Amino acid sequence: MKKFKFISYFTFATVGFLTIALVSCEREFSEDITLATFPTIPEVFTDAPVNLTDEFFVSFDPADGANVNGFDTDSDAYKGTQAIKIDVPAPNDPDGGFIGGIFLDRGEGRNLTEYTALTFWAKGSTTATVGLFGFGTDFLGDKYAVSIEDTNLSTSWRKYIIPIPEASKLVQEKGMFIFSAGTQSTGNLGYSIWLDEIRFENLNTFGQARTEIFNGNDETRTLYNGDFDVFGVSQTVNLGDGTDIDLNIASAYLDYHTSDPTVAQVANGVIAVVGAGSAEITASINGVEATGSLTITSKGVFISAPTPTHDAANVLSVFSDTYTAAVSPTFEPGYGGSTTKFNLASSNNNEFAAYTSNNWTGIEFTSSPINATEMTHMHVDVFVESASTSIEFQIRDIGTNGKINTNVFTGQPNSDDKDYRFQASGLTPGQWNSIEIPLAGNIANQKNNLGAIILAGGPNFILDNIYFYKN
Amino acid sequence: MNFKKLLAPNKMYGLSFLGLALTLFTSCDPDETQVVTNFTTITMQDEFDVAGAPNSDVWGFDVGRGTNGWGNNEMQYYTDRPENVVVEDGMLKITAVSESYQGAAYTSARLKTQGKFEQKYGRFEARIKLPWGQGIWPAFWMLGSNFDTVSWPQCGEIDIMEFKGQEPTIISGSLHGPGYSAASPVTKSFELTNDRFDTGFHVFGIEWGEDYINYYVDDVLYNQITPEDADGEWVFDQPFFIILNLAVGGGYVGAPSNATVFPQEMLVDYVRVYAAE
Repeated sequence: MKKFKFISYFTFATVGFLTIALVSCEREFSEDITLATFPTIPEVFTDAPVNLTDEFFVSFDPADGANVNGFDTDSDAYKGTQAIKIDVPAPNDPDGGFIGGIFLDRGEGRNLTEYTALTFWAKGSTTATVGLFGFGTDFLGDKYAVSIEDTNLSTSWRKYIIPIPEASKLVQEKGMFIFSAGTQSTGNLGYSIWLDEIRFENLNTFGQARTEIFNGNDETRTLYNGDFDVFGVSQTVNLGDGTDIDLNIASAYLDYHTSDPTVAQVANGVIAVVGAGSAEITASINGVEATGSLTITSKGVFISAPTPTHDAANVLSVFSDTYTAAVSPTFEPGYGGSTTKFNLASSNNNEFAAYTSNNWTGIEFTSSPINATEMTHMHVDVFVESASTSIEFQIRDIGTNGKINTNVFTGQPNSDDKDYRFQASGLTPGQWNSIEIPLAGNIANQKNNLGAIILAGGPNFILDNIYFYKN
Repeated sequence: MNFKKLLAPNKMYGLSFLGLALTLFTSCDPDETQVVTNFTTITMQDEFDVAGAPNSDVWGFDVGRGTNGWGNNEMQYYTDRPENVVVEDGMLKITAVSESYQGAAYTSARLKTQGKFEQKYGRFEARIKLPWGQGIWPAFWMLGSNFDTVSWPQCGEIDIMEFKGQEPTIISGSLHGPGYSAASPVTKSFELTNDRFDTGFHVFGIEWGEDYINYYVDDVLYNQITPEDADGEWVFDQPFFIILNLAVGGGYVGAPSNATVFPQEMLVDYVRVYAAE
């Protein structure tokens, strides 16, 4: 048995590759350009990896729990002399509780445009459900990833088919295969998977592809200019035995249409909202319309918060493009039970902090607390969409021990901590509200170690220009 | 009108058909004991080139639910409405629709040449793209013209093509007669090796002469049925008429499932009949 070299998760920069990919894969070519063609070899693994190096297996990151010890070959083959054998670990395995990774073409990639499906033979040491099989994941952007979930394995060899949604896209593919397996279906008992005869094929026994975007719904979004990803893309294909198979497919397989390119455009699965107005986004694949649409109503460019006017000499800034920051705050402290979604975003080169579904979170700067003894107020600009938004700002002095001390039962400051709580409500929606919070109450006489601004409630709001000042 | 009764073979067509015949002989290598004929004189053809309702000189309709769902517990109500049957884009389109109609959950259509075109012996063929999905049952078949007087199965039934939507790569050709009918016909399936019947057009045909019926898909002769195969009286020596229909549900296919996509379309590019000679 041959042990393949284990190569850990890719992290190196891939800017050069991505640039090449954009040039070679993305543009529409005129008829008279002859494309460089990459190898069209269909086999991925027969008795050995085909046209791949010994380092063809790239595991998921062990830091995420991937076990790298269970990947091997075995003489129990469907055909020929060797198959791949994968030992799926139990969840409490100290070396990692699941196994998975990709088979990577480390060369220039393959031209798979003449094939219609990835096929392979597989069996299990027991009947088991494998979390993921697929192709197109290359750990280099996964642009044309396709996968099937929860595949049932039998204890005898069976052939599995994963259709290629639109093979003309795969002119230079490096992601030959992906799998991920745990023991969810076996009551946490480890088991083995054998894989053999992994190859791309020109099969025509499947058809009737039905593709969904936006989860097949007619969605609407009201928002400001900016970029966001196409979501909810999937495809169902009828196999030759009459059963349907559900595929997760990358959004880049689809061709997109916008009813108004001055409002929204789509490229590479990213929707760019570029102007005020309404536009409907639809998509097709192989000339067949996908189910689902997204109607975007853009309010245009998001208006930046007003530029603060306080003299920089009288300001200790936490977050603002106007002033030099006094601290490097943490925006995602990871409080237990927090439902908050946080995004740092920008408009007109002006950064702002966007919160959605907030119950509690905080902006922490405990490692270098602010001595605000000289300061009298905290300024914050708040933008809300709803007049009912109500946010509590808790300005916390963390005392001299350098830690946030909170009574877990009451949520009140403990030990050497003090705070001042200010409820911001009655805010005007659709515009920035500038709020001046006095450094009062329990911190009026203890504000030399300000270490956090706790944010409770909301739930949806945008903040900018958070700083302490005196007049 | 597309309907033509040609007294002489269409020369262009004759040429191309000869090409097909050569292919047949070279590629399918039929058993030596089989009688292989290739008929070339067209006696009826409908190319479905005139948009609108199907040519009433050729086609009539069965309307309603029949008795017991046309004897098969079929679930559809057959109509002659354009929603269910129309000629457009050079095709006859038979459409099965999921809708509540006259007490049925589905509508569809069944066309027949009964009383309009009937023939004994010859080649009967149609080029069809089939619908698909659990519980979808399209067919291209024939009944003996004495159907109304001697009743079924004495009249004989020649199923040129039957298809289960849940088995997209397989069709069957069958013969029903007295003593070999319903669940025990003389039948054989044909499976495409790397293709399916609902993603492209295929030609389904029989060549029928005295004491034999040969079954074809495209250029492949896949079965021959002779009186020796029939466990009863051979009744295929009289004129038959043609039926094209798209059933939903019924004993042969079972009911549609939640995954069955509606509407479903059976597209017929042409129906051609040649004289036996």
